[in-house]
Amino acid sequence: MSNSQKRRQPVYLDNHATTPTDPRVIEAMQPYFSEKFGNPHSGSHYYGWEAEEAVELARAQIAGAIGASPEEVYFTSGATEANNIALKGVTRFYREKKNHIITCVSEHPCVLDSALDLESEGTRVTYLPVGEDGLIDIDELKEAFTEDTLLVSIMTVQNEIGTVQSMAEIGALCHEHKAYLHTDAAQALGKIPLDVRAMNIDLMSITGHKVYGPMGLGALYIGNKPKVRLTPLFSGGGQEKGIRPGTLPAPICVGFGKACELAVDEMPIESKKLEIMRDGLLAKLQGAIPNIYINGGMEHRVPGNLNISVENVDAESLMAALPDLAFSTGSACSSVSQDSSYVLNAIGLSNELAESSLRIGLGRFTTEEDVDYAADRLIEEISIIRENRQVLAGTAA
Amino acid sequence: MKQTVYFDHNATTPVRAEVADAMAGALVLGGNASSVHGAGRRARQLVEEAREIIAELVGASLAQIVFTSGGTEANNLVLRGTECDHILVSAVEHNSVLDAADNIEIVPVNGNGVIDLTALTSRLSEIDGQVLISVMLANNETGVIEPIAEIVRIAKEHGALVHTDAIQALGKVNVDWGDLGVDFISLSAHKIGGPQGVGAIVINEEIPLKSILRGGGQERSRRAGTENVPGIVGFGAAAKLIAGELDQISKTQDLRDRMEASIKAKCSDAVIFGESIDRLPNTSCVSMPGVTSETQVMKFDLEDYMVSAGSACSSGKVQASHVLKAMGVDEETASTAIRISLGFGNNSNDVDAFVSQWGKIYARANPDQLMGAA
Repeated sequence: MSNSQKRRQPVYLDNHATTPTDPRVIEAMQPYFSEKFGNPHSGSHYYGWEAEEAVELARAQIAGAIGASPEEVYFTSGATEANNIALKGVTRFYREKKNHIITCVSEHPCVLDSALDLESEGTRVTYLPVGEDGLIDIDELKEAFTEDTLLVSIMTVQNEIGTVQSMAEIGALCHEHKAYLHTDAAQALGKIPLDVRAMNIDLMSITGHKVYGPMGLGALYIGNKPKVRLTPLFSGGGQEKGIRPGTLPAPICVGFGKACELAVDEMPIESKKLEIMRDGLLAKLQGAIPNIYINGGMEHRVPGNLNISVENVDAESLMAALPDLAFSTGSACSSVSQDSSYVLNAIGLSNELAESSLRIGLGRFTTEEDVDYAADRLIEEISIIRENRQVLAGTAA
Repeated sequence: MKQTVYFDHNATTPVRAEVADAMAGALVLGGNASSVHGAGRRARQLVEEAREIIAELVGASLAQIVFTSGGTEANNLVLRGTECDHILVSAVEHNSVLDAADNIEIVPVNGNGVIDLTALTSRLSEIDGQVLISVMLANNETGVIEPIAEIVRIAKEHGALVHTDAIQALGKVNVDWGDLGVDFISLSAHKIGGPQGVGAIVINEEIPLKSILRGGGQERSRRAGTENVPGIVGFGAAAKLIAGELDQISKTQDLRDRMEASIKAKCSDAVIFGESIDRLPNTSCVSMPGVTSETQVMKFDLEDYMVSAGSACSSGKVQASHVLKAMGVDEETASTAIRISLGFGNNSNDVDAFVSQWGKIYARANPDQLMGAA
């Protein structure tokens, strides 16, 4: 009997797509679904105040995780919305004065599509390339600035290859050129220390469900010093100071807040643990399988991320052969489309190697046993696929 | 201590126990619904099951349901995304409709808050280009039901599209795609015993809709962003509950009518807005002569009755309701109105005790007016 038949629950190795909700987060949320159910905007009664108080505590916990003040944190429905608001909102507000933005080719689709929307509205957009390591070239950024540059949007941590950009340096350059810096930090929160002031960040998008919090809620940090202004995407009841109207989901806010608190507390130990496990997994794979390539540099990378290409192995086939492992071949949002990863293409991979790539995301609840099992199974199935390929090649010849 | 009585169901509803259980299951299960692996497919299945329940509840097909982060986003998505040349809305719409675009024109309402169909027709005859009409199915402050079928008939004559915000109507009156005949419907989970943070639009697939949120291509590229799996599951669970309970709504109406009759018996000058016309069975917007809304809300709160002065979104601001103003209610009467909205869990004891409290507050403010005192 093979290992795979002994295990029933697949090993979850896709913590970049979403993280399991921490039981402590669920516990914190629970009362706000039932006895403390109020609308946080009902200013006229106890239930409303109770919910509001919980929402404000959550806001403070979130602010605490990124070094912001609570009043600089605006709830959104997620990182996609936060990124849409940041790019479109700031550009639409200031475009009469300045109308050039700079971003990068390996950003999340919600940043790139927002940039496209803005281009169709007449904004000039510069898309910086990235190197093999996944990082932008600071000199190229310097050259991209013009008098007209309003906003730079560079993600802190890349969602497929886990590379960490030098935000503080990028931010300092932006401010030198009188441009705002926005960053999509959805994959960074809880994985590396974040401090909006030290990192010179004016706007930051984050989300709950990548940090062991619930889905359906994110936040946009909008700095007060200097005050960044923007045109909201929605209109409505005036919630979140009009930046993002709509009834706030109090239980989800509570969950996001708690998740941030836990992330700050546990990051030092957790990131060390993840790094050791990730490096162990990589060493094991490299020891057993020839011709594995690491995508993106290892030096500036979040600890739980591994992205590798396995030469001569089609990643889709490998996934199909491994129903007992939950990993991905690219990001979840684009996994419906059959195209190979534009991120991997951007760091110079051929289509063939990009289609042989696996993204493995270890997380808080990944155990040593999970990693050992995953390594064994990957080695097993990769060897089978390669052997079959050789046999087929032999028959053909 | 006396149990608190929640009479503010139009602001938000308590999450039903079955809904919380279903959501807890989804939270524990985890998974990104767009991931290809087993965990992702299970999450996808939950999302699609919920979509099916909601589609069935409103008599639409699966592909017509687009999940959003709530009613506000739903309304904005339709009003902005249809990119029509003109948008005609009633004067009593929610702020998320009234302020959604720059090309919005307000159509007046009559004294009951019902849209003026003559004004609508004549405006439609005057303007060129594609028109979107957006009129709510039922008003959140007064519960007054708008004549959607008539609006659709008129709209068709002029080639206009129709959107209806059915957020307050869902679960209280019939909301059916085929019966309504509109092109877009907005829905929200937290007004029907579901969670906050999730809503939907029901769309006519043939009409192009430009998305506001761009990104990962979720919801057939109409609304990007990782699907809020537990939220959507909760919405589905709540929709399933209300689908089985629509016939019980008459009990809520009995309670509401009993409350209004008792208030009238104590004070014949109390104005019940929209009293004589079609209204949601759970909603009552009542003035108490001589006592401002804020004072009433405070006094009721001290006695553990949760009511509101207008809608929750605007309840942080001290200003008269735009709904009552549009109905031509004089400022003094409008400033003494509160909204009582009943729902799951309320009973006749709650209502009777509340009316008795209403009488006390009224009597203290109007010592000479109490009926039966003479």
